[in-house]
Amino acid sequence: MTALIELEHVSKIYAAGDAEVRALDDVSLTIPAGQFVAVMGASGSGKSTLMNVIGCLDRPTRGRCRLAGREIGNLAPNELAKIRNELLGFVFQSFNLLPRTSARENVELPLLYSGVPARERAARAIAALGRVGLADRADHTPGQLSGGQQQRVAIARALVNDPKLILADEPTGQLDSRASMDLIHLLQDLVRTGITIVLVTHEADIGACAERVVTMRDGKIVADVVQTPVTAKAAA
Amino acid sequence: MSPLAIAKVAGRALVRNKMRSALTALGIVIGVGAVIAMVAIGEGARRRVEATFEAMGTNLLIVLPGSSTSGGMMGGTGSQATLTWADLAAIRKECKAVAAAAPLLRASRVVQSEDRNWTTGIVGTSPEYTTIRNWRIARGRSFDTSDVEASAKVVVVGETVVDHLWSPGYDPVGQTVRIQAIPFQVIGVLERKGQSPVGQDYDDTVLTPYTTFQTKITAGLGGYVNGAIFVSAVAADQTERAQDEMTSLLRDRHRLLPGADDDFSVRNLSEIAAAQQQGTQILTALLAAIAAVSLLVGGIGIMNIMLVSVTERTREIGVRMAVGARSWDVLAQFLAEALALSLAGGVLGIALGFAFAYALAAHFHWPFVVHAGVLLVSVGFSAIVGIVFGFFPARKAARLDPIEALRFE
Repeated sequence: MTALIELEHVSKIYAAGDAEVRALDDVSLTIPAGQFVAVMGASGSGKSTLMNVIGCLDRPTRGRCRLAGREIGNLAPNELAKIRNELLGFVFQSFNLLPRTSARENVELPLLYSGVPARERAARAIAALGRVGLADRADHTPGQLSGGQQQRVAIARALVNDPKLILADEPTGQLDSRASMDLIHLLQDLVRTGITIVLVTHEADIGACAERVVTMRDGKIVADVVQTPVTAKAAA
Repeated sequence: MSPLAIAKVAGRALVRNKMRSALTALGIVIGVGAVIAMVAIGEGARRRVEATFEAMGTNLLIVLPGSSTSGGMMGGTGSQATLTWADLAAIRKECKAVAAAAPLLRASRVVQSEDRNWTTGIVGTSPEYTTIRNWRIARGRSFDTSDVEASAKVVVVGETVVDHLWSPGYDPVGQTVRIQAIPFQVIGVLERKGQSPVGQDYDDTVLTPYTTFQTKITAGLGGYVNGAIFVSAVAADQTERAQDEMTSLLRDRHRLLPGADDDFSVRNLSEIAAAQQQGTQILTALLAAIAAVSLLVGGIGIMNIMLVSVTERTREIGVRMAVGARSWDVLAQFLAEALALSLAGGVLGIALGFAFAYALAAHFHWPFVVHAGVLLVSVGFSAIVGIVFGFFPARKAARLDPIEALRFE
């Protein structure tokens, strides 16, 4: 498998008064395409910073960082925005859907910024909603959907641009265990279609569903285990 | 993003908060409405003043004879006949800035039709008079030079006289009226002119050739113009020159030594008109300035709401950036929202302003004046308000750090 993500000696250092905080401390990590990776660790361990660097939202202080073979460490903000738009999909803990806006329009959002014409946007959004099993809820607003459904709309939004990588930051954090398992099942299905997933979680049973678990502490990777994933049972 | 997509996104954001959008736009509605109404009202008032002075006469100057002094008592202006017919001829001939000049002899007399009578001002003058005073003939004709030379017993009557001697709307051309038992033929009716700036009825008059006036109405000093000379300058900006030319000509003709007082006076009515005109213009500017302040306040209202909106939608901005919006896209979206608010407010404000101005114009019988220029300026101005006051909040949104924005609670 080719490497999708390559981090070499990446550090992210914040100045906090006189002291400096090493959110990432000399991290090297390679993730091949098509892998389902869980990043685990306590809060403050640096896992969110790792996600932000991989997700082109933050630039490392030191080190090299390649995404799909492309060096991203020194790109201008607009170029990073283009990479986020074309290569990545984000799923957040709090869904982050636009309120009072239909599921279809929420899913269309990334296409808006890649200049896809309106008609094609709508068609692709409906198709993406179909992939997460919500084709019949296209006209519902987030307020009319359950938490699990909202998160699936968010996944459809992450999928709509055919990304290589989906970054999920505690995606099950606000869901009950049944909805959580549904969601992980959906993510496992997506991995089978060739998408790479990096998922941040602090729940061990969620981590168990990934093919590989990277554990972080104090900005360093302290464990990196490849495992046989537990297959999440679809409740539906 | 295409401009159309930006407009759609902005429009949707505004529709999501209908009440807030409407109230924010209201500030601009009132601001633009006030500017439009004030400018329209000011323009209407200006036109009204203009019309009043136009009715008085075009580029009008009046030459009055001087005052008499008897036993230390100064008589008023015109109490002594000092203007001669030769003076009038000289003014016509020698003053280059003078377009036309006509004598004005006036006396109050009873005019009789077959069955009624009416006391009115009889004016003896020359054919130029109606031109100088911008007075058209509604029916029949005015008298001409041959009537003057023949001292013809003809009159041109005002509408008020027609109302009283016959009935409103009656055509008396060809009828005979008697003044001091002398029959005069009515040859024309003057177009209705209304009231003078001081409330005098222009239409309560009868015009007759000055030659006829001097022989049949009054018997006065034949060599002197026992009244005034009405003069029109060749152009609006030539009235002062006409005044100077006539003053020096008459001083010359009257052999006044340098330092001696004029034995006549020249009144420049255009100057009075210009002063009035300027007064209304200052008033209009003042009103518009006050209205512009309310537009400014409306703009600040937009900025305020846009700032609130940016803060409130920090997460939305974070999401948009995460899925690929560039700073420019975010800036454009919020600018478009501010612009849409101010333009919608501007268009409604124009409608409101004109409705208000129309109602006022109808109430005060002012002319209702619409300038395309004012429309363009208002739309442009509200767009500028939107961009200027929307820029700061939009820039704030565009400069957000996506990580911070996504974490914002």
